[in-house]
Amino acid sequence: MGGIVIIGAGECGTRAAFALREAGYSGPVTLVGSEPHVPYERPPLSKPVDGAVQLKAICSAQALEASRVDYLQGVSASRLNAQERTVTLGDGRTLPYEKLLLATGARTRPLTCPGAQYALSFRTYADAAAIFSRAGDGRRVAIIGGGLIGMELAAVLRNKGVAVSIIEAAPAPLGRAVPARFAARLHARHSGEGVQFHLGQGVAEITDCAVHLADGTVVPAELVVAAIGVQPDVALAEQAGLSIGNGVLVDDLLCTSAADIFAAGDCAAVRQPGGGHLRFESWRNARNQAETAARNMAGGSEAFLAVPWFWSDQYELGLQVAGLPAPTHQTVLRGRDDGEVEFYLEDGQLVAAAGLGIGNAVAKDIKLAEMLIAAGVRVDAAALADPDFNLKTLLKNARAA
Amino acid sequence: MSDLMTWVSACKLDDIEQEGALRFDHSGRTYAIYRGPDDSVYCTAGLCTHEAIHLADGLVIDFEVECPKHSGAFDYRTGEALRLPACENLRTYPAEVIDGEVRVALG
Repeated sequence: MGGIVIIGAGECGTRAAFALREAGYSGPVTLVGSEPHVPYERPPLSKPVDGAVQLKAICSAQALEASRVDYLQGVSASRLNAQERTVTLGDGRTLPYEKLLLATGARTRPLTCPGAQYALSFRTYADAAAIFSRAGDGRRVAIIGGGLIGMELAAVLRNKGVAVSIIEAAPAPLGRAVPARFAARLHARHSGEGVQFHLGQGVAEITDCAVHLADGTVVPAELVVAAIGVQPDVALAEQAGLSIGNGVLVDDLLCTSAADIFAAGDCAAVRQPGGGHLRFESWRNARNQAETAARNMAGGSEAFLAVPWFWSDQYELGLQVAGLPAPTHQTVLRGRDDGEVEFYLEDGQLVAAAGLGIGNAVAKDIKLAEMLIAAGVRVDAAALADPDFNLKTLLKNARAA
Repeated sequence: MSDLMTWVSACKLDDIEQEGALRFDHSGRTYAIYRGPDDSVYCTAGLCTHEAIHLADGLVIDFEVECPKHSGAFDYRTGEALRLPACENLRTYPAEVIDGEVRVALG
C-alpha cells in the first residue's frame, strides 16, 4: 500500500484522483468517500427532473477502475496520524500513505434554536431526496437562510408551485457573495414569484408546523429547510494537529502545515499574496484546486492562482461572478438586451466582474472578464461600458503587447 | 452519408459574429453554428456532451468553443472534446456559405 490517499470523494477528491494519473503519478491511489454512492455532482441536486432528484455520477466505477483508483465507498476517515503517516478508517482499517489529500469538503452549519431538529439540511443526495419527496401535497416550505442555496431552492420549489417563505437574518438576501445590484434584482424576481421574505429576522423556535421568529411573527410551514451556510470539515486535520483557521490552512502550493499532507476544495483556506487565507465554496474551485494539488503531489510546484468563479441559476436567470467584487471597487455597468454585467476596477485594473441575464447570456462577457483579470490587463472603463465594443479586442491587444 | 442528409438553410453569415456562434433549432433538435476567425462556417450538435447546456452561449476563441457553465471545451471543426469535464466528442455536421446564406446538412 502506501501511495496517495485522498479523503473525500466529492468533486474535489474525485477530480484529484484522475488528475494524479494525468500528471503521470503511477503509484497506488486510494479514494475514501463516506457516502454510499459512486462519486456524484452536487449542483444537479437542486434540479430534480420530473420531481425526482438526479444522482449524476462524476465518473463511473469502471472509469475509477480503469485509472487504478481504489475507491472505498461508504467509509469515513476517523483519525489521521501525521507522524506515522497513517489514516484510520471507520471500519477499523489503517491505511499508510506517502502523501495525503484532505478533500473533506464542508458540512451544513447547524441551527441552534429550539426545534432545530425539525429543519432539514441541504447538502447531500440524501438531503435532496428528503426535501423533494416531502415538498408537495400542499406543504408550505420555510427556508432559513437567503443565501445562494436557499434562493436556488426557493426558485425550484416555486416552479413546482410550492408556497415558499425565506427567513434571513441580514436586511437583504444574497448579501455575502452577490453584488448589491444583482442581489436586489434576484430578490425582486423572487418576490414577483410570490416568495414571502422575512428579512432582518432571527428564528426563535421551530415546531412541526411553523417557524416562530424573534419578533413574534409565526411563519406557517410543514417543511423547514436550514440553508445558513456551511462550515469546512476540519475535524480530521484539527485532531492531527494541522494549522486550522476558517478551513485547513494551506500555502499557495495547497500544502498544509504538515509535510506531504495537502488540502483542496471547500475545506481548504489558501494563503493569499496580500496576507490572510481565503476559502472558496464552488464547483469550479473544487476542481481547479484538485488539479493543482494533484500536480504538486505528483512532484510539481505550481502556485494556485485561479480567479474565483461561480454561477447560480434562479428561475430563467443566470448569475455568474468572477473574482471577488468589493464595495470599494470602481463599478462599470454594461447593459445588454438580455442581461447586465458589472465590472469592478481597482486602480484602473479589472479585478472582478458579475452579470445576471436570461439563461447563460452573460457567460461570454464573464469568461472574457475572467481572462482579462488573470492577465492583469489595464482596461478602459468606457470600452467596458459600451455593449457594442467586443471585449475580445482587449484580450487580443493585451496578448499582442 | 450523403443520401440521408438534408441541406437546410440556417441563417445569414452576418447573423453570426465573426469568431462567434449562433444557436439553431430545427425539427425539434438544437444545433450550434460557428463562424470562424477566417469566416469559415461549421455546425455541431447544440448541447454540450457533459450536460445539456447550449454551447452557442459559450465563448468562441479561434476554433474552440467553451461551455458557458462548466468550461468544457471543443474544437468545433472536428467536435473533439478538448477540456474536462467534457470527455465525449460533439457530433458535427457539414456547413457551407452560399451567397451569404449559411446552409447545414443535418441527418
